[in-house]
Amino acid sequence: MTLNQQRKLKTFITGLFAWTIALILFFPIFWMFITSFKTELQAISIPPSLFFEPTLDNYSEVQERSDYVHHAINSIITSFGSTILALIIAVPAAFSMAFAPGKRTKDVLLWMLSTKMLPAVGVLVPIYMICRDYGLLDSKTALVIIFTLMNLPIVVWMLFSYFKDLPKEILEAARMDGATPWDEVVKVVLPLSMGAISSTALLSIVLCWNESFWSLTLTASDAAPLTAMIASYSSPEGLFWAKLSAASTLACAPIVVFGWFCQKQLVQGLTFGAVK
Amino acid sequence: MSYLTITDLQKHYDNYHALRGINLSITEGEFVVFVGPSGCGKSTLLRTIAGLESSTGGTIELDGRDITELASSKRDLAMVFQSYALYPHMTVADNLSFALRLAKVSDAEIQEKVRSVSASLQLDALLERKPKELSGGQRQRVAIGRAIVRQPKVFLFDEPLSNLDAALRVQMRLELARLHKKLGTTMIYVTHDQVEAMTLADRVVILNAGQIEQVGTPLELYRKPNSRFVAEFIGTPKMNLIPADKITHKADELVFDLFGHTIHFPAKRIKGTQPDSTIVGIRPEHLSLVEEGGDLTGRIELVEHLGSEAYAHIQLLNDQTIIVKAAARLELKDGQEVHIKVDVDEIILFDDNNKVISVIPEEA
Repeated sequence: MTLNQQRKLKTFITGLFAWTIALILFFPIFWMFITSFKTELQAISIPPSLFFEPTLDNYSEVQERSDYVHHAINSIITSFGSTILALIIAVPAAFSMAFAPGKRTKDVLLWMLSTKMLPAVGVLVPIYMICRDYGLLDSKTALVIIFTLMNLPIVVWMLFSYFKDLPKEILEAARMDGATPWDEVVKVVLPLSMGAISSTALLSIVLCWNESFWSLTLTASDAAPLTAMIASYSSPEGLFWAKLSAASTLACAPIVVFGWFCQKQLVQGLTFGAVK
Repeated sequence: MSYLTITDLQKHYDNYHALRGINLSITEGEFVVFVGPSGCGKSTLLRTIAGLESSTGGTIELDGRDITELASSKRDLAMVFQSYALYPHMTVADNLSFALRLAKVSDAEIQEKVRSVSASLQLDALLERKPKELSGGQRQRVAIGRAIVRQPKVFLFDEPLSNLDAALRVQMRLELARLHKKLGTTMIYVTHDQVEAMTLADRVVILNAGQIEQVGTPLELYRKPNSRFVAEFIGTPKMNLIPADKITHKADELVFDLFGHTIHFPAKRIKGTQPDSTIVGIRPEHLSLVEEGGDLTGRIELVEHLGSEAYAHIQLLNDQTIIVKAAARLELKDGQEVHIKVDVDEIILFDDNNKVISVIPEEA
């Protein structure tokens, strides 16, 4: 085999591998999407049918049974609200850890990350009781606070790893040019980090949007986001796969479209620091 | 009168003593170069003057004011970094005007200053570009422009040319020398390259292990080093150092025994007490190849031809290799036996502590 052929074969094999993985990852979403256009009977038929007459009945039924717009607004408010709050806390935190690290900075970072390893259910009872005592059950405020705390370690870590890679000389140059610490942050660090901050924000929004554990336990109807709406379709009377799929498709749609538009930022966000 | 005065400056890191009592005074308009091997503290000293590192003792005074504890942003110094450290998100024009905008200078004045600086550095055509669209040499000029535009009290350069290729480095070196002539502002320049130090400096400060080894004009350091360290550090190729086996004291001269060869050295040129042992230092250009006789003999190991001249590496009888500067035309073959004449007037003697113990006679 010539070198050129070898190279082509290599490209082909890696391409095949990538496509396989991508299809495996995409399959559940695809299946959910087509199931949402089936009747309940078609949805559970074995073997599953790929070709069928599509129906929009599921969507109209979901629309009748639950208030999609109400839940969607709750999702938007909680995920965007908690992301903004997380950034307000994380930007200065990550800045100081990256540019003025102390002896314990590494430990603090690790400790923050370790809280992500704690099973959420472990703190369910205390958090539930706190929310009950302060009248925060079924409120968006509670969700915003919980989501913020949930994502804060990831947000701080992502920003920290980006800030850490900013050349220190640039800040020193600003300092020599007469910049106060405030100028350094506002006129140098923030403009340089817009990409990192927006991709971090995007990731946080997606994570909040998909969050269901706290949404289900802390909300009933008023503050219930889309994830809670989906869950209401797996009822004790039996599973309604087609309607569940329709509800899920509706719940996913906004964030998928949003993610599609921000793809570039998202990829950058997940890989920055890895490649220079 | 001293413009920048550094008194007993100390810098400790956790368990490392980086600056061990630096005393230095710099007059206004001087071009001073800090030079030394890596880890000698030259960059730390510059960064401490800049205020980017805090000192742990001593004082720094600039123009009659104690600035030891002052924030970098208030010291009125400008710095050019090795990595240029341009603001990547700003155009060249914004990079140049950043400090002026921070200082709330009026727009008209900013425009005028940016215009004149960019004209003098040939940056006019690049004002709207971002740093990533510039070549290394252009970035360097922007970095210098950013410093000039502020008209600071002192310019600090931290190895500004080490990221450039050899040809550009020589060109920028000349531009810097011209710039200093034109502006007449005090400049402090850090480099590990002794050629840069020799060519740019009014005065060179040689640092070693956190201390000043010697301060002087380039020629002083070359001709009258205080120590073996300075003698070896300054000059390419390096000074030859040959330990003398034995010293015989005569009435008005010392006779060194260099493995069978003898060299006569006038006793009056020895500072202080007459030594019992010494290391003989002699630069390659003060040795010459002669047909016969001479003071030393050896065999040619290899010859480096530089075109205008050649450096012959010659193995002496004790297996030590010395370098001799020779005329380029001279036919030299590897392995050939050669005789070397030593210019005794140019010999520098070092004692066991690597300090200089002889003086070079005043030129007639």
